[in-house]
Amino acid sequence: MSTKNNNSSSNRTNTAAQSVETTTSRPQRGPGGGHAMGMPVEKAKNFKGTLHRLLSYIKPQRVSLILVFFMSILATIFNILSPKIMGDGITKLFEGFMKKFQHIPGAAIDFGYIGNILLILAALYLASAFFGYIQQYIMASVSQRIVFNLRNETNEKLSRLPLKFFDSKTHGEILSRMTNDIDNISTTLQQSITQLITAFVTIIGIVIMMLTISPLMTLIALITLPLSIIITIFIAKRSQKYFKEQQKILGNLNGHVEEMYTGHKIVKAFNYERQSVELFEKTNNQLYNAGWKAQFISGIIMPMMSFVNNIGYVLVCIVGGILVTRGALHIGDIQAFIQYSKQFSQPIVQAANISNIIQSTIASAERIFEVLDEKEDLPESDKNIKLPEVKGAVRFDHVAFGYTEDKKLMQDLNIDVKSGQMVAIVGPTGAGKTTLVNLLMRFYEVSGGQISIDDVPITDLKRGDLRQIFGMVLQDTWLFKGTIMENIAYGRQEATEQEIIQAADTARADHFIRTLPDGYKTILNEEANNISQGQKQLLTIARALLADPSVLILDEATSSVDTRTELLIQEAMTLLMKGRTSFVIAHRLSTIKGADLILVMNEGSVIEKGTHKELLSQNGFYADLYNSQFALSDLEKD
Amino acid sequence: MLKLFKNLKPYWLPIIGIIIFIFFQVLSELFLPTIMADIVDVGIVKGDTAYILQRGGWMLLATFLGTLCAVMAGFLSSRTGLAFGRDLRVQVFKKATEFSLYEFDELGTASMITRTTNDITQIQNLVVMVLRMFVMAPLMLIGGIFMAVSKDPKLSLVLVGVLPFLAALIAFVARRSIPMFKTMQIRIDRLNLVLRENLTGLRVIRAFNRTDFEQKRFTKANTDLMTVSIDVNKLMAMLMPLMMLIFNFTTIAIIWFGSIRIDSGSMEVGSLMAFIQYAMQILFSLIMATMMFIMVPRASASATRINEVLDIEATIVDPKQPKISQGGNGHLKFENVSFSYPGAEEPAISGITIEALPGEITAIIGGTGSGKTTLINLIPRFYDVQSGRILLDGLDIKDMTQESLRSRIGLVPQQAVLFSGTVADNIRFGSTNLSDEDVKHAADISQATSFINEMPDGFNAVIAQGGINVSGGQKQRLAIARALASKPDIYIFDDSFSSLDFKTDARLRRALKSETETATVLIVAQRVTTVIDADCIIVLENGKIVSMGNHQELLRLCPIYQEIVASQLSEEDLNEH
Repeated sequence: MSTKNNNSSSNRTNTAAQSVETTTSRPQRGPGGGHAMGMPVEKAKNFKGTLHRLLSYIKPQRVSLILVFFMSILATIFNILSPKIMGDGITKLFEGFMKKFQHIPGAAIDFGYIGNILLILAALYLASAFFGYIQQYIMASVSQRIVFNLRNETNEKLSRLPLKFFDSKTHGEILSRMTNDIDNISTTLQQSITQLITAFVTIIGIVIMMLTISPLMTLIALITLPLSIIITIFIAKRSQKYFKEQQKILGNLNGHVEEMYTGHKIVKAFNYERQSVELFEKTNNQLYNAGWKAQFISGIIMPMMSFVNNIGYVLVCIVGGILVTRGALHIGDIQAFIQYSKQFSQPIVQAANISNIIQSTIASAERIFEVLDEKEDLPESDKNIKLPEVKGAVRFDHVAFGYTEDKKLMQDLNIDVKSGQMVAIVGPTGAGKTTLVNLLMRFYEVSGGQISIDDVPITDLKRGDLRQIFGMVLQDTWLFKGTIMENIAYGRQEATEQEIIQAADTARADHFIRTLPDGYKTILNEEANNISQGQKQLLTIARALLADPSVLILDEATSSVDTRTELLIQEAMTLLMKGRTSFVIAHRLSTIKGADLILVMNEGSVIEKGTHKELLSQNGFYADLYNSQFALSDLEKD
Repeated sequence: MLKLFKNLKPYWLPIIGIIIFIFFQVLSELFLPTIMADIVDVGIVKGDTAYILQRGGWMLLATFLGTLCAVMAGFLSSRTGLAFGRDLRVQVFKKATEFSLYEFDELGTASMITRTTNDITQIQNLVVMVLRMFVMAPLMLIGGIFMAVSKDPKLSLVLVGVLPFLAALIAFVARRSIPMFKTMQIRIDRLNLVLRENLTGLRVIRAFNRTDFEQKRFTKANTDLMTVSIDVNKLMAMLMPLMMLIFNFTTIAIIWFGSIRIDSGSMEVGSLMAFIQYAMQILFSLIMATMMFIMVPRASASATRINEVLDIEATIVDPKQPKISQGGNGHLKFENVSFSYPGAEEPAISGITIEALPGEITAIIGGTGSGKTTLINLIPRFYDVQSGRILLDGLDIKDMTQESLRSRIGLVPQQAVLFSGTVADNIRFGSTNLSDEDVKHAADISQATSFINEMPDGFNAVIAQGGINVSGGQKQRLAIARALASKPDIYIFDDSFSSLDFKTDARLRRALKSETETATVLIVAQRVTTVIDADCIIVLENGKIVSMGNHQELLRLCPIYQEIVASQLSEEDLNEH
């Protein structure tokens, strides 16, 4: 079970790493992005609770936020005052013009009045621009600070979560929460909130301004309002269907691309190219069909809105015109109404979209809070025992464990390792070999029994102190993007260059490193595929050796290294590990014959133990396993 | 970028349609202020209600037709834009399918995936935008200027005065923001890298107790990102208010100078109102054009990456006149073959001359990096030899089509790759005409039947993407079944038994023996036990053949082989065998 579990999780790592690339490089919604109209949004499960919690993150910034609200209200007010004042100017201009037109003597345009009006307007515009700028300026820091804190907090949380959590989620999922969801919140904070405030203030403000000019005209101008709301909602609903379909097909298409590219060699080897292209074309056509419909329908909103808006415009012109001829309205008021009705449509669209924005933001926040609420590792023991000198006696006492609650892998595991022994663990796939290591390092917690080192229960040590004792080389050869030197030094940051080279030499890595273009300064790329799997393993061994641990754990550490090199490494390590305890998990039985103690595991328990010779003479499971190596050649002989 | 736009050529008809529809849409928008001016200047001044109503009717008609045109333009541009994306995607995917491993190595698989998916989506979105906005902006600009000048040429000078301010503002913001956006993208990538490494290296990080260090690394990347984001946002905060300010001051100037014109009797009030609207339309069209200039560089990074793929010529292509092999049953011959990877100082393999005969097992053994897999990769022409040649039944493999060559090879790679689909689909991969019996038989031989039967739907059980729902050993057995199913002449096993335990390994090899009796079998291995009964064992070291022969011969003559054997089998084992 354990190895099986590991296999599948490391495989998942591969695919996840690929899908990660696609998730994170999803079109960035940088500044100017915002929420597209008619896109489907995910809904939050617990809307109210999540909203409250999100607000608690915003709280520390409340002084700035109140300032921002205040500023945007001011900016909007100054903005909506101006059409009316401009209208007055136009009226005065028209009056003068009419008088001249009617040849009234002494008639002239009142330039003094118009000049004053224009000065007032200039002042209003300046004020509006100023407040608008200040508002955006403050918001820039506020939103980014909130997002910064959220990101840091989530990352810290991840470092405290047990491995169990990561088993149940793909890397793509976790990364998507850390990037897309937090981005979503950031955009809402940076743009949408102030947009919404502005929208509401604008709508209310414009209605008030219109009413002060002419209640009848206000009615005419607003007659189209319900129409625009209905249209927006109607179209948005239609387009959602196609957006959902598009998203689904796109997922299929990207999946196909991922598979075909990662399996490129196999596709070629089995002449699968034609079928692969056919499948691609089929999915691609589906994508086109759903895609243009989604694009088209959501794209209709703008012309429809401007149509409705223009109807309002025409109505204002007609009714206004008639009213002016009857002397019930000034000409400048028409100008004002035209401007107001133009300013109206933008906030209406924004307001119609508000529920979508809030829904998707809260859903994003909820996904992040889910991570923040995950159960953490057991808290550190307050005993805080330190082991200044580790002898390396390891004991498993009636240990019980299962990766899931319902399926117990180990019922009652007992192992007693004396200080300085080399212990080999063998057994078929799924016997629980890797689990043993996982428990020892406290990557997972036992559900029964106890593990102790030098008779101190490992739960009494701090996790950090416990792990300091071990040097571990794993099956999966994780290296990070950086130089080879840095990667080896990961085991001990303060190591000198001399020590690093020494460790590399012991691990038989020195030679191949020196053949690389930049030697120890060669930079490993992100997938570290500029060196071979075997070479990677040598580097991880060097890394563990440099850490100079009291107990060494090798979990299939040399499976990709050829046997001759493996033997050389082992010789060097035997020297190094003299007097220290070491655990070796291996497929190749040849490499463990010299072990002081061989534990044969099957189905979560130790079924045989002893030295190679003892076990062979027992003629049990181990002997069977060992002899099967030669089964075929034996067969030939018969 | 322009190069990609050439792909729009087949859509010239709809594009002309889009231009015409948008032209009429713009016309209707420009028409409205003029009619309004008429209402004011004629209807209101004369008090003619009937005239006002009649003109109003015209306005409604104009706006209706304009909307119709806009919808039609939207219809055509969505179809064209998406069709463009579809075509480009197929083009890139087909190209990628043609690529040999060279080209894939060069660009990297992950990067190829992004290029085919995200980068194309970016370009597609841009094209949709271009078809709508970029067509609209110049029409609006020209139309607006035309109408403004026709209303009052002298007043139009105001616009000339405003333009330098607008241009200066846009230039200023663009110059400062573009490098910032670039930095921001770099820092986003950096943050994602740290995050990804933290996830993939979880166990190692915890084992080495480096959690605090990684926290600091993350906080640093996070802080860097925050700093530049704040700077960008602060800069962008300036753009809209200043832009609006320019607009509004333009209006003020128009009213002031317009009043003077009206006073002198050269203009009417309605025209002034119309003029203000035209001025706004002109300025908005300029902003639209500017937006395009901001968007294009962003998408141009994607365009460059797509063009890179399209510009690469696949190095391994079929011969113009392929020769067809005259029978033969898989006689494989390497004649003095050498190969080096691009940029490498030393050849990966050199001077390789070997022969693998039908009915025989040829094994290749050697240390890490000795060139075993390279040698194997040359046979199906994943890479091409640089000197020497490889013959299959007497025919140079470069003279055959890749398809006919590969159809004769059953390859089991080092890392078993499975695809989403059923178990049977995976075994049948590439050769759909196989019967259920063939599939079952292949699974029997590869020792896969027992675990397949344990799966909920047996052969119809679904394998998830990347094969994550089967174990490493199971994957390897399915990969072997896949190679067996089509009954090829040549089998290549590239260290394909490593994930199997010894028992399964032995059973499998016993079953294989009868199945591959007449075929040419090549086995790359690290375990001596796997190669011990091969007819010929080739020992590779640093890309060269050190020795060749069967187990017994090599044991006597080849010191390297002796070392390999000694590292795996103990004295008594050797004596036993």
